[in-house]
Amino acid sequence: MQQEPEITDDDVNIEEIEIRLLLEAIYSMYGYDFRRYSKASIRRRVLHRLGLSGFGNIMQMTDKVLRDRQFFVELLNDLTVNVTEMFRDPMFYRRFREEVVPVLKTFPFIKIWHAGCSTGEEIYSMAVLLEEEGLYERTMMYATDIDKNVLATAKKGIYSIAAIKQYSDNYIQAGGKSSLSDYYTCKYESVIMDQGLKRNIVFADHDLATDQVFGEMNVIVCRNVLIYFDRQLQERVFNLFRDSLDLGGYLCLGTKESLKFADADHGFEPVDAEMKIFRRKQVSL
Amino acid sequence: MVTRPLRIKIVVVGASWGGIEAATQIFSALPETLPVPVVLVQHQRISVHNRLAKLFETKAKLKVVAPEQGELLESGRLYVAPPGYHTMIDEGGHIALGLHRPVLYCRPAIDELFFSAGQIYGRSTLAVLLTGANEDGAAGMRYIKQRGGMTVVQDPATAEAPVMPESAIKMGGVQHVVPLANMADFICEQVFGLQE
Repeated sequence: MQQEPEITDDDVNIEEIEIRLLLEAIYSMYGYDFRRYSKASIRRRVLHRLGLSGFGNIMQMTDKVLRDRQFFVELLNDLTVNVTEMFRDPMFYRRFREEVVPVLKTFPFIKIWHAGCSTGEEIYSMAVLLEEEGLYERTMMYATDIDKNVLATAKKGIYSIAAIKQYSDNYIQAGGKSSLSDYYTCKYESVIMDQGLKRNIVFADHDLATDQVFGEMNVIVCRNVLIYFDRQLQERVFNLFRDSLDLGGYLCLGTKESLKFADADHGFEPVDAEMKIFRRKQVSL
Repeated sequence: MVTRPLRIKIVVVGASWGGIEAATQIFSALPETLPVPVVLVQHQRISVHNRLAKLFETKAKLKVVAPEQGELLESGRLYVAPPGYHTMIDEGGHIALGLHRPVLYCRPAIDELFFSAGQIYGRSTLAVLLTGANEDGAAGMRYIKQRGGMTVVQDPATAEAPVMPESAIKMGGVQHVVPLANMADFICEQVFGLQE
């Protein structure tokens, strides 16, 4: 059995420095800020791309990133994880119907922010839910993501037909009131979402790491985005969300995301601990 | 030059086909006084919320945790990777979850756990690879060995599916081959024996 070379703590430190420099280069050149992302996760994805690229080390790859926008876009796809589906975690949508919708029904006008909407499957899911609950007409939805490419997909609302069976199952489990097929038409190997579902959706690019509050929301949905952020960036985003929510406004996180490891009390209380629905506390005098 | 592990600070376990039975056998024997955390990636097809963690809860003496993002690892606890999420360890001994692409068709992938643990804990890592029908974990084991950590596989002769331990042996990252029946004792010896 051949003896593999040792990988020392120095080697590991050098790799960390190289990744830090890569992220600085990306930020300086392209404006995407991954500098406060979870290190373990970023590292795995950078090394994955390094393995595919054939470069000998991260510094060489950084040079390529700076000079070749197309190569950067490939890396960007690795760094911004775009895993989503319609009615993902159906139980979340069911609980949202049961616990949040009754309160929203008492409002004359509703504003919902989907932060990190990726390719849009979940924003259309919410639009369908709101239609079925009779709330869509008085709702404005803001769909934002750091990545303009996925936003373009979200705007189109055209998806592969391959996953539609799964989405239909999710829709039923989520408490859907008719059939998901009422909300799309099939064309060749694609489904096109009912374009009317977009009439109250605004799509915009927004970076949670650098951008600011842009409105007073009743609901913020940000699912499976914070898992990629380090603690410092999470703190920033929790503050941003608090400042963007009305008193009593709802914050919906991914099922494995938590406020309980936050350094500070950001003024939220749990509404549904399992499905990670929180509410901004009313001020008690 | 062979560098010996100093003191085990974490045990990472990977298992696939036949792994639930094998892992159950090990965890029913590991004492709750184990002075290190254990993190398990078990491949699974069904993705019912925390089902796997609940299953181990009834069998393991360690306190079983279905970790959330950012969870701080504590001694004497068994962290079971949630279905569908890569489960890694970040600096400071926190759980980091990720939805990035599957590795060798797997998410969670054993390699993602092993590479992250090996990076952070280096020579203080003990990696255990059990039965399975694919090659996940082999590259991660080699990395942990290169970092000076300790690696052990279930003896393929005692594995329901021998491919996974065999692949790790072939890749050159395995230091010890131990029959399933002796694995819990082996882990205890390493963890308790190398405490200072």
